[in-house]
Amino acid sequence: MPAIAETLQTVNSVSESGYKWGFESDIEMEFAPRGLNTDIVRLISERKGEPAWLLEWRLNAFSAWQAMVEPDWAMLHHPKIDYQDAYYYAAPKKKAGPKSLDEVDPELLKVYEKLGIPLSERAILAGVEGAGTPRIAVDAVFDSVSVATTFRATLAKSGVIFCPISEAVKDHPDLVRKYLGTVVPPSDNYFAALNSAVFTDGSFVFIPKGVACPMELSTYFRINARNTGQFERTLIVAEDGASVSYLEGCTAPMRDENQLHAAVVELVAMDDAKIKYSTVQNWYPGDAQGRGGIYNFVTKRGACRGARSKISWTQVETGSAITWKYPSCVLQGDGSSGEFYSVALTNNHQQADTGTKMIHIGKNTTSTIVSKGISAGQSSNTYRGLVRILPRAAGARNHTQCDSLLIGDRCGAHTVPYIESRNATAKVEHEATTSKIADDQLFYCRQRGLSEEDAVGLIVNGFCRDVLAELPMEFAVEAQKLLAVSLEGSVG
Amino acid sequence: MLQIKNLHASIGEKPILRGIDLTVPEGQIHAIMGPNGSGKSTLSYVLSGRAEFTVTAGEVLFDGLALLDMPAEARAQAGLFLAFQAPVELPGVGNANFLRTAVNAVRRARGEPELDAAQFLKAARAEAKRLQMPDDMLKRNVNVGFSGGEKKRNEVLQMTMLRPKLAILDETDSGLDIDALKIVGDGVNALRSEKFSALVITHHQRLLDHIVPDAVHVLAHGRIVRSGGADLARALEAQGYAQVIAEAA
Repeated sequence: MPAIAETLQTVNSVSESGYKWGFESDIEMEFAPRGLNTDIVRLISERKGEPAWLLEWRLNAFSAWQAMVEPDWAMLHHPKIDYQDAYYYAAPKKKAGPKSLDEVDPELLKVYEKLGIPLSERAILAGVEGAGTPRIAVDAVFDSVSVATTFRATLAKSGVIFCPISEAVKDHPDLVRKYLGTVVPPSDNYFAALNSAVFTDGSFVFIPKGVACPMELSTYFRINARNTGQFERTLIVAEDGASVSYLEGCTAPMRDENQLHAAVVELVAMDDAKIKYSTVQNWYPGDAQGRGGIYNFVTKRGACRGARSKISWTQVETGSAITWKYPSCVLQGDGSSGEFYSVALTNNHQQADTGTKMIHIGKNTTSTIVSKGISAGQSSNTYRGLVRILPRAAGARNHTQCDSLLIGDRCGAHTVPYIESRNATAKVEHEATTSKIADDQLFYCRQRGLSEEDAVGLIVNGFCRDVLAELPMEFAVEAQKLLAVSLEGSVG
Repeated sequence: MLQIKNLHASIGEKPILRGIDLTVPEGQIHAIMGPNGSGKSTLSYVLSGRAEFTVTAGEVLFDGLALLDMPAEARAQAGLFLAFQAPVELPGVGNANFLRTAVNAVRRARGEPELDAAQFLKAARAEAKRLQMPDDMLKRNVNVGFSGGEKKRNEVLQMTMLRPKLAILDETDSGLDIDALKIVGDGVNALRSEKFSALVITHHQRLLDHIVPDAVHVLAHGRIVRSGGADLARALEAQGYAQVIAEAA
């Protein structure tokens, strides 16, 4: 059997059993009634104890959403989504918000333990003294609510605010009101409007002037409840000269039905501020026949408002049945820079339409785009990117590199770059390649004693190397393993 | 070490090997010579387990194992090494990382402890130096941007590190200048021992000036038509293949 045929067989053998995060947890939940209308929007706002301005903001978003139609320009195909057939609010039952980890439902803590997410500060600190484990503060969002946020006190000492956005609304209303919706307006697009109307939780990060955040921040999203949409909202603000590195991870149980995830992430970087936002997206991708999986419609955008500010997006997308996601940078400040490093891997019947937008407004703004798409099985993988240079952006520069790797002959890779330059001094470069894992390469590796799985893993990781190098060290290793697992099924 | 009995192989419907009989005893180096299209490279691929070729008859024993039943990686782990005529590029894969992964895969299969990064690098650097490879060759991506000579030396480095029982060198001399030819020859000679055998496939006599074979076989139309000692290679060089093949027929 030719080597490629063997690879295909290996890839095809990946079934739902390859997804080791697919367990379901039995947690007592509170649901809002199924469906979506103004009453549901009011109920969510009331459950969260929100001020009147936010309820109004949500209701405006909801009426905007009602007037919009679902976008159809992406290279994605799915049955019509029935927005009335889902729950928009699901929260683990509890009396009041937990004051400390000791009050969090032990069943919930077990879930995160099983996922390998550290929520016990004591254990983490012990680890730090013992073995130099990296210190990471985690906000854990379970279905619609944040259940625990670690290291808040430690972070507060340096003035950093890291908390669930629902709490920030209460504790730091002026900050939230000042920035919420300023990067992604509620009526920006269909899914952003939906999110603005019904978002339930997410993380809020504020790094004050001149502060370098003393540890990595991370939010871990877990969908658990059935027939429930997840709509989280993240807002990160870095004041002048501040810097932060933030990582987002996500998983969901294996289910036959599709579940909707529509998040919004907004980043604001002022003068000389730096925000590094990394994502390892591992929502349930559906089974080998294309049943089930998460529909992932996400709006992520960063505003480089200040001079010389920098926003860097790094994403490793291996999960979800459908991914619709374009983390973007609006380069307003003179000399600001945006980066987008992406690995998108699709297998079986997964579909991904992902890329970025770099909007150059300020003078001497720079952007870098490195996109690596890997398609296997019968999947479809599209890079869609926009580089727009506005008339004032003298001296702007962009470099784009888009590479696609095909495994087998039933998958598809597409590259759709849009370039609009309205300033003659700007320099825009675009390079694209498409390649296949060659029989030659596999045979060469196997002749040196590597198994076929190890050979594919090595070649795929080599292909993604430029992007993986941008991830925080401890996650780069995790991402490499995830790529191998997503392609080959769990070994052992 | 290697016993090939009545080996027939084809690619698609086209027969290439038409009944090869060949024995390479332990500790010996045999050369295989022959004109283009005689089946030399096919023989090396069939022995190392390349999937495009179908074995239609015959058997091969390697160190007592039924070689043809084993997948390519198991053959490598059992000690069979192929130095490629055209070494393959692996973009983004660091040469040292690749070599260490291979060495440890082979060691694991042989029940030997794996080498950690420090142990491995020390050994690899020493060998690279002996092969007069530039320092950065271990850091560069596997064969990417290597000159022809660098690629061949990299094959010899891999061979040295993997410590095979049988090495097949498929036209390792092609594209080498005289100095590189000597370095490669020295690399192979350094491995010569009672436990090491090799099958050296070449067009030309010149490599055999550096690696002196115990026997020379002439391959034509998928069969070995003549065998002899090292002097047979010199006769071929002087008379050409046509005459030797005609005499054999």
